[in-house]
Amino acid sequence: MESPVVYFKGLFSKKLKSNALTVVGASSISKHKQPVSPFVVIVKKEIGDQVRSWRFIVLLVLIVLTFLGSMYVSMTNITNPAASSAIPDNGLLYLKILTTTDGSLPSFHIFMSFLGAILGIGLGFDAVNSEQQNGTLIRLLAQPIYRDNFLLAKFISPLIVISALFLSLGLLMIGGGLVITGVSIEIVEVLRILTFILLTVLYVGFWLSLSILLSVKFKQATTSALTAIGIWLFFTIFYKIVVNMVVKAFLPDPAFLSQTDILDYNNLILGFLRFAPSQLYTDATTVMLMPAVRSLGPLTMEQMAGAIPAPLSFRESVLIVWPQITGLIAATVMCFAISYYWFMRREIRS
Amino acid sequence: MKNPVIELIGLTKLYGSLKAVDNLNLEISKGEIYGLLGPNGAGKTTTILMMLGLTEPTSGKVSVCGYNATSNPVAVKQKVGYMPDNMGFYDGMNALDNLVYIGRLNGIPESRVKERAVELMELVGLSKAIDKKAGTYSRGMKQRLGLAEVLIKQPEVIILDEPTLGIDPAGVKEFLTLIKELSKQQSITVLLSSHHLNQVQQVCDRVGIFVEGRLLASDNIDKLSTHLFSREAHVVIITFAHPLQNIEEYNQQLLNIEGVNAIEMHDNTIEISCTRNATPEFVRFFVEKGQDIMGVQRKEYGLEEIYQRYFENTLTENETNGKSGSIFQRSFFKKIKK
Repeated sequence: MESPVVYFKGLFSKKLKSNALTVVGASSISKHKQPVSPFVVIVKKEIGDQVRSWRFIVLLVLIVLTFLGSMYVSMTNITNPAASSAIPDNGLLYLKILTTTDGSLPSFHIFMSFLGAILGIGLGFDAVNSEQQNGTLIRLLAQPIYRDNFLLAKFISPLIVISALFLSLGLLMIGGGLVITGVSIEIVEVLRILTFILLTVLYVGFWLSLSILLSVKFKQATTSALTAIGIWLFFTIFYKIVVNMVVKAFLPDPAFLSQTDILDYNNLILGFLRFAPSQLYTDATTVMLMPAVRSLGPLTMEQMAGAIPAPLSFRESVLIVWPQITGLIAATVMCFAISYYWFMRREIRS
Repeated sequence: MKNPVIELIGLTKLYGSLKAVDNLNLEISKGEIYGLLGPNGAGKTTTILMMLGLTEPTSGKVSVCGYNATSNPVAVKQKVGYMPDNMGFYDGMNALDNLVYIGRLNGIPESRVKERAVELMELVGLSKAIDKKAGTYSRGMKQRLGLAEVLIKQPEVIILDEPTLGIDPAGVKEFLTLIKELSKQQSITVLLSSHHLNQVQQVCDRVGIFVEGRLLASDNIDKLSTHLFSREAHVVIITFAHPLQNIEEYNQQLLNIEGVNAIEMHDNTIEISCTRNATPEFVRFFVEKGQDIMGVQRKEYGLEEIYQRYFENTLTENETNGKSGSIFQRSFFKKIKK
């Protein structure tokens, strides 16, 4: 800090001049040299942080291992005729690679229904509160940026990272399949796999926005992480038990019911189970990856009567899972809206 | 005081039933260095947060550079550089990247941002530690980095919350000198809050004494002290080479000088209170008596005394209002918690 005056004189007068220049030539220059918007700057920095963090590397290794494991199992079983030709969706090999299993290991999309949650929680649980704890939040918000830009960047950057991750995994799978089996891929398969990836990103996005919500709510990162894991455990383990208990207590004995009543009750129970995001995700991915699946609920004999045993078209599968997709998007948006509401007007203090 | 840069009108902030800031009115004009002084918990930080739109006032209006800070905080933040008292940096990034990040957020073009960041690092004396991770920085270095960050956006107003906290005395002096230079050269308005009174005394044009959410006084230090101590005497302290011998005799003779009303003696110093400034007369008196004078000092009232005085006043006020009962409750910390 020696002789600051000397330093500063030159520094500032130079800048002032250059400022004056830009003011003069603003109309011509600004179009070419528009500064990057703060939102993009934050997103870039967040992505950099995510990719370099140990936490992401651990999660990445976990997911890649799962992926390789399930791929290995399906590759060894794909030649088994009992597993492949029982269902009349011959030809869609790549979907089978994703779904076939011999029972020793769940297939990839089932794995993702809980790993995705871990991934989302892991990437978001300290998004806001750690910055507040470190005193960087107040510094950041003292800059000319909008608060929603900050919050949105916290949500978008992990999403970009995981989109890249799953997209590359999907493409790896397709490429590897091409090399190993030599079977060419069909457009429908590409579409279905892309939808599967989209669904997975959406699912992770839900957990991400939930954990960001908790990180806005709780001052301590550990509290928000534990709460998020608690919610996840509740939905994966206890929710089913609770629903079953309630059903047993309230619904009449199925032995005394007509078939249509049983069907109605079944649909009701399924409806309740679908409050769990993992259920929505499993439903949606199962339909997308197995074109033979026609319905997510029970079907009556009448409904099945005229059905031709052929795989559904892509559009029909999407139509079946549309409620699930909507539900996931709605849950994500809701979490995000609440965190937005909490964050926008709150006092920022370090 | 035309066109104040910072204008607070009837600003009030309630936390539940606690009044953190109570009907605050303040104007700070361009190029001024204003010191906001007060004990911990007086509401200084809350006031600053309201100026930046980081928290909303319960009532009242804040305008900074002509923008309403509550409804249009982004415009305010473009003009204002703020250094929080307890700031942190991204520990995983090196100092320069931290600075560049903030520069980018302020819309400095990519082509110039790095160059400017390096210049500022040199300015604040961190050029040697430019590539070090921010996590390894000491408190004082962080403070300097914080100043660089405030300056990178070329602010019109700088708000510093406890800027001298955690820096060694030499560092404080450098820091404050730097701020003063900046303010004078670029006519940047500076608002700094502190509870370190004598440090602030060196640089501030005006100070505001802030206790329990209320601005008790706001003026320059000279005026404050004359206003406060006008009834008090001028006090002169004279130091001698040897302890005085004929104390009684001197006492009598000194009291005969016009205006002298109290004399206090310790070994070889004498403290004389007088209603007017009679320093030359005292010196002449002792020289005639053949005493060796080592030093003559006129006691000045600094911020410390001013602050103490105001603080005592509020204390007595509270006592008369019957707010505090026991001696323990009257103690400093208890009072602030209330």
